[in-house]
Amino acid sequence: MTTLSTERHEEEAPRASGEEPRPAEAHGAEHEHAHANPVKVWAILCVLLVVSVVGPMAEIRIVTLITAFGIAGVKAYLVAKHFLHLGAERRYIAYALAVSVAFMVLLFAGVAPDVMEHHGRNWKNVAAAKEVERALHEAASDEH
Amino acid sequence: MAQPAIEETPGSGTRHAEETSAPPAGHGEHEGFVKKYLFSTDHKMIAKQYLFTGMFMALIGAFMVYAFRVQLAFPGSHVPGFGVVGPNEYNALVTNHGSIMVFWVAMPVLIAAFGNYLIPLMLGCDDMAFPRLNRLSYQVFFLSVVVLLISLFVPGGGFGGAWTAYPPLSSKAEYSLTPLGSTLWLCAVILEFVAFLIGGINFVTTTMNSRAPGMKLYDIPIVVWMIVIATLVFMASVGPLVAGAVMLLFDQLLGTAFYDPTRGGDPLLWQHLFWFFGHPEVYVVLLPACGIVAEVITVFSRKKLFGYKTVLYTAFATGIVSFFVWAHHQFVAGIDPRMANVFTATTVIISLPVAEMIFVYVATLYGGSIRLTTPMLWALAFIAEFIIGGVTGLFLGASGSDIYLHDTYFVLAHFHYTFVPIAIISVFAGITYWFPKMFGRHMNETLGKIHFWGTIIPFNGIFIPLFLLGLAGQHRRIYSYEGFPELARPELQQLRIIATVSLIVMLSFQLVFLFNFVRSMLRGRTAERNPWKANTLEWVAASPPPHGNFETMPVVYRGPYEYSVPGRDEDYWPQNQPA
Amino acid sequence: MKPIATTRSATGIPTGRLAVWWLIASEIVIFGGLLASYVMHRIGHAEFGDYAAHTNTWAGALNTLVLLTSSLSAVLAHEAAEKRDGPRAARMLLFTILGGAVFLVVKGFEWTTEIRHGFTITTNMFWSFYYTAAGLHALHVIAGMIAMAFVARGALANRELQRVELVGNYWHFVDIVWIFLFPLLYIAK
Repeated sequence: MTTLSTERHEEEAPRASGEEPRPAEAHGAEHEHAHANPVKVWAILCVLLVVSVVGPMAEIRIVTLITAFGIAGVKAYLVAKHFLHLGAERRYIAYALAVSVAFMVLLFAGVAPDVMEHHGRNWKNVAAAKEVERALHEAASDEH
Repeated sequence: MAQPAIEETPGSGTRHAEETSAPPAGHGEHEGFVKKYLFSTDHKMIAKQYLFTGMFMALIGAFMVYAFRVQLAFPGSHVPGFGVVGPNEYNALVTNHGSIMVFWVAMPVLIAAFGNYLIPLMLGCDDMAFPRLNRLSYQVFFLSVVVLLISLFVPGGGFGGAWTAYPPLSSKAEYSLTPLGSTLWLCAVILEFVAFLIGGINFVTTTMNSRAPGMKLYDIPIVVWMIVIATLVFMASVGPLVAGAVMLLFDQLLGTAFYDPTRGGDPLLWQHLFWFFGHPEVYVVLLPACGIVAEVITVFSRKKLFGYKTVLYTAFATGIVSFFVWAHHQFVAGIDPRMANVFTATTVIISLPVAEMIFVYVATLYGGSIRLTTPMLWALAFIAEFIIGGVTGLFLGASGSDIYLHDTYFVLAHFHYTFVPIAIISVFAGITYWFPKMFGRHMNETLGKIHFWGTIIPFNGIFIPLFLLGLAGQHRRIYSYEGFPELARPELQQLRIIATVSLIVMLSFQLVFLFNFVRSMLRGRTAERNPWKANTLEWVAASPPPHGNFETMPVVYRGPYEYSVPGRDEDYWPQNQPA
Repeated sequence: MKPIATTRSATGIPTGRLAVWWLIASEIVIFGGLLASYVMHRIGHAEFGDYAAHTNTWAGALNTLVLLTSSLSAVLAHEAAEKRDGPRAARMLLFTILGGAVFLVVKGFEWTTEIRHGFTITTNMFWSFYYTAAGLHALHVIAGMIAMAFVARGALANRELQRVELVGNYWHFVDIVWIFLFPLLYIAK
């Protein structure tokens, strides 16, 4: 995080309202290049969307995972980078958001062994196992 | 450094150029009652609103504990002022006592009241970054209070499923018998969460951005850091529970089966979502309490905080590790035993940073020039009583011993030895310390000391017997032990009576505080700006501070704990005094 | 008049933008909690794949396209605001709001059809999660539309133009949530 010097107080003085904004400072002094054309990014996103819809149609599990979920990750990254301009923001903002995501991974890791799994060391979730069995049986009989 | 890319419109009243603190338009002497109180955006007014609401709710929570403790000491008796406490009434009383004390007393007073009051003042600015958002947060909070209080009086009675609200008791009216009460309670909790999320964004942003010129991150007073860290922990942990609470609400109202195992749901999911928040929550309230104690002990030992960075880093460490311990509340709920191993290890580990913080406080006191004022007495009592709470937690954090102790009164005594220091002892330290600033008058020291001893001694009289009862196997949330021969023994009943009598003594002494508080507010001796000769910026402002806080916005030259600096005449060195 | 506190910026990040980042951080854990719970059930219950086959993937894909496009117009609004062209920014924001409205209309058709076919929120756990997650997201879309309307009104008069970026950031977050909701809820098996 930035340390603050007393010069900041004086820096605020010359910035009387009415001065032109300085576009280069728009997103912190950190980005060296102009922003990518948002329409181009949008076009790429649309192509990715098409792939992510077409891919699962093949009904091959690994393809579905890569196209539906993998591409979701890529799309999210593109929106974050080129629309949210997260890359041009101070680093710690991205870290703070990453921490939020990390906590959700932690939540999943701590809860899934009890809720996702239906049996473990010395225990069985009989109700859940029964429900899965019942539902699959119903689906199988529906197909006939 | 970058200013906003787009200049705010000329004439919209931005104050880049001169930072004078002329009162903003509309805050003159002729404000109507409505504008001044109901719609004030001044952080000090909002802070007092949170404080008074929290104090009011504390009275309600206290009345509830009085009623159910009389029942436990004298089962079946008519409780004066309440009536007979049957099993349903008992469940509603303990549920709402717990919920109120955590969500409507500890959080609003420690975070919203002290945070709102102190953060702008201690950072040397004129208000929060978003005053109207601040106002909104109190209004949402107030709504949550109203909803909760209504829930107590609807047909069926108040929710009785414990503050932990485990389904299916909380999701199915056929079990809880309180369909209206359950839903209203849940709505009140959700509203309270929303209020604190809104308020939290304000606190963090203001602390990051609105500091006085010259105030580096390590010049921020510890109590502000603690409230900010607590806010961050809250914001990161409450999300899953908001989602879970919406799912519970749908189970209650729409008949979904999120937590119904007969239809594909899982009640254990609620437990995990609740405690993923519930455990960090206790540190959310602990950290501000520790912050208040840090301010008080440095001022009244005229000594620098022994390790500012240590306290700061251990606070961060506590906040982070608090996310890794939650399932120690679920050791006997049927979680996978291998997870129990993991959570035992992490729970034992979290005692380390907290203990380190306490060590730093003791080291701060050592060799100091101790002034035993009322706030200092409360701060010292916090340290002593919290240590008992912390140490007894280890027996619960270890899954092996917890198998016996879970759901017994041992747990209850443990968490009251932590919660009472947090929600009551440190709060009294803060109120007695900052009262002169908030109201421009002094509280009476003699009454303060009478109140102090009249609270601390009976406090131990309540909860030491409860440790013993817990070890004897007395389980929680049972309205009467008459039906359990091994627990209905006269020796154990005597312990229950001792606890209840101590409670009544303790509650009686709170009248001393109330009397002192109100009389001092109206007729106390006028307080000067800096009666305690402290360093932090709130003591630069007038007592009480006007709108805009400071006549001239302060500039900061040093940290907050430069007490007894060698070579100086004075034993304190305010942050805003030039070198 | 804004307090000095609002206009200071010790970090260099404008206060409003900083606040929106923290808002997004706290929303990530709300949606994250809900979706983590959903994923646990989805993986643990093989039958969810069959249930999900009854969702309307084309409607979901269309809505994804709609939100992506509305995010584009939000970026264009921001660019206009940076050039101090308030009326153009307001126009672009209006397009974004329109996108949100189209999203909601499509969702309305979707849900009506599904409910008529007997797939309600209580039909089974998959549908409970489906309506809850998509519903929570839709509430955030509505909130975003309302906020944008207020900002657009100000932008039209060239006032508080910095808020165009802020409301856009919130909108991009809502878009990202949907980017994940789409495969999670609509792609069967």
